[in-house]
Amino acid sequence: MSFFDVVFYLFAAITVMAGMGVVLARNPVHAALFLVLAFCSCAGIWMLLEAEFLAITLILVYVGAVMVLFLFVVMMLDLNLVKLREGFWRWFPFGALIAGLMVFEMVWVLGSRQTADVTTAVVHAADYSNTKELGRLLYTQYVYPFEIAAVILLVAMVAAIALTLRRRQGVKTQNISEQVKAKKADRLRIVKMKSEPKQS
Amino acid sequence: MNLMANLIPAAAEIFLLVMVCFILIADLMLTKSSKIVTYMLVQLTLLGCSLITVGTHQPGVVYAFHNMYVDDLMSDVLKMLSYLGMSMVLIYSRQYLMLRGLFTGEFMVLALFALLGMNVMISANHFLTLYLGLELLSLSMYAMVALQRDSAIATEAAMKYFVLGALASGLLLYGMSMLYGATGTLELGAMSDAIKHGVHNKSLLAFGLVFIVSGLSFKLGVVPFHMWVPDVYHGAPTAVTMLIGSVPKLAAFAFVMRILVEGLQPLVQDWSGMLIILAISSMALGNLSAIAQTNIKRMFAYSTITHMGFLLLGVISGGIEGYGASMFYAVVYMLMSLGAFGMIMLLSRAGFEADTLDDFKGLNQRSPWLAFMMMLLMLSMAGIPPTVGFYAKFSLLNSIIQTGHTWLAIVAVLFSLIGAFYYLRVIKLMYFDAPESHAPISVGSDTGLLISINGLGMLFLGLMPGALMSVCAVSVQQSLLLH
Repeated sequence: MSFFDVVFYLFAAITVMAGMGVVLARNPVHAALFLVLAFCSCAGIWMLLEAEFLAITLILVYVGAVMVLFLFVVMMLDLNLVKLREGFWRWFPFGALIAGLMVFEMVWVLGSRQTADVTTAVVHAADYSNTKELGRLLYTQYVYPFEIAAVILLVAMVAAIALTLRRRQGVKTQNISEQVKAKKADRLRIVKMKSEPKQS
Repeated sequence: MNLMANLIPAAAEIFLLVMVCFILIADLMLTKSSKIVTYMLVQLTLLGCSLITVGTHQPGVVYAFHNMYVDDLMSDVLKMLSYLGMSMVLIYSRQYLMLRGLFTGEFMVLALFALLGMNVMISANHFLTLYLGLELLSLSMYAMVALQRDSAIATEAAMKYFVLGALASGLLLYGMSMLYGATGTLELGAMSDAIKHGVHNKSLLAFGLVFIVSGLSFKLGVVPFHMWVPDVYHGAPTAVTMLIGSVPKLAAFAFVMRILVEGLQPLVQDWSGMLIILAISSMALGNLSAIAQTNIKRMFAYSTITHMGFLLLGVISGGIEGYGASMFYAVVYMLMSLGAFGMIMLLSRAGFEADTLDDFKGLNQRSPWLAFMMMLLMLSMAGIPPTVGFYAKFSLLNSIIQTGHTWLAIVAVLFSLIGAFYYLRVIKLMYFDAPESHAPISVGSDTGLLISINGLGMLFLGLMPGALMSVCAVSVQQSLLLH
């Protein structure tokens, strides 16, 4: 077993365990953190495949942005776990039956044929730049889907603004310009009255 | 390949995108009362797109952008019809949207983005562009369903649509990745060739196919992947329901054709079996559930499930005539559902949705002409001659009998008979029941003209279906045989 294999199996084992952790963890925050671990070890495997740009993007985008946002949401939602788990044991036999059936079907279909065709990864020279190759493909062969992906992002922006930018009724907000325009007369009323004798 | 050879086939899409961006900016300069300018710009864009599509038509099949994009007769015909459908959607829904404060630039921009997504799907020759077009369409639709923010039922519908749509996209992508693993390509023609020459890993291919068909069925809304359809149709504002229920069916037809017929033709034995189950269960469940509905939008939702099941019959037949008949059915269904939802919007007023069956009671006494138009539309949906719905069903059944699925045709006819009940019930309510309200129906001159053309069109096309039928047959033949 070479050093490459050792590193691969190490990362693969961590990924699988973290994946199990995502599903099995009782606390949703822990589950999210397990997912971060799974992403990090996946990035390691991609590094082994000489896809360093994708590995770094995975860390930056998924771990750095998406998962942090996800954690915030999980913490803010304040999920009631007891309520979510309600009825778990009641439906367990039914779910287990379906799951067992699906496993049986898959084994039946897959088990009848030999499916072991493993190809080894292509090894590139030391001056090979994965980032450059990706960029070249993205702007030549894949320029059409790349542009459509950009349009999808634009739609997401338009949709997010259209859905959130609205004036709700009955919400207390400050109107700065109205506040600045206020004069003494608007706020203060001087009432002329006779002085009254002190009571008892 | 030089630049112009790539850009010219896609000129209509490029023009559409440029105009959407322009309208997006221009709309910001307009006041709330002058949104009609945006509306006119959108209609002009649709006109421009159709002129460009006609102008850049080239005979034969043209590929562009490294075989990601295909321009053939089928795509051009479907695109022209989608411009027409979108234009009709906007004309029908203008007044309805104005009364509900939804007549905004965002609505129209999102509708155009959805159209762009459909056109990308129609012209896709690669799994990547198919998927991206689908996402562009779906994302615009999710947002449009949720646009009525103060309506709890619309928000719920949008949430269900979004979550189930994301699940379906996941299934599709998973299937695509398996097919890529089995064949080493994502291009439709190349994948078909690769499968023909024998694939090393057959089980991977089979699993990929199952996932692809499941994802497709989710998007088509056929049983057992139909759960989202009634809730979304019911919850969305009627204008959006009309948009979801009409034009995207053309794109869905193209999607099925591109994936199953162009990409996975060698597996026809495998997928036609799956489609038979989907088609029969959709026709059964759709027709039987529609009977129990009191909300007409929900009834049309179940009717859509049935019609999509029917549309699959032509794909099952596996012959060029069947594909042509399916395309004809998709076009006719689009026109019928445009008319039917248009009628619901015509009868709606400010603060009142005419979306229950009771609202159609005694329509003949309130407006005989509208009742007559609705009768034509309902007869067409039920498939009763001399309307075009009959001819659409007839040509589909004819194609599957020719390929030897006689029992399937008998099942389809039996379920159509059951389905005729709830369409005829609408006619009975309109003509033989007393109206529940006598509120005047205000019909604008543009919508009145359009519903008349739409209703009489059902009759006209039913009497003379030859032209449209041959357009569909020829375009399918020229587009699919050249591979």
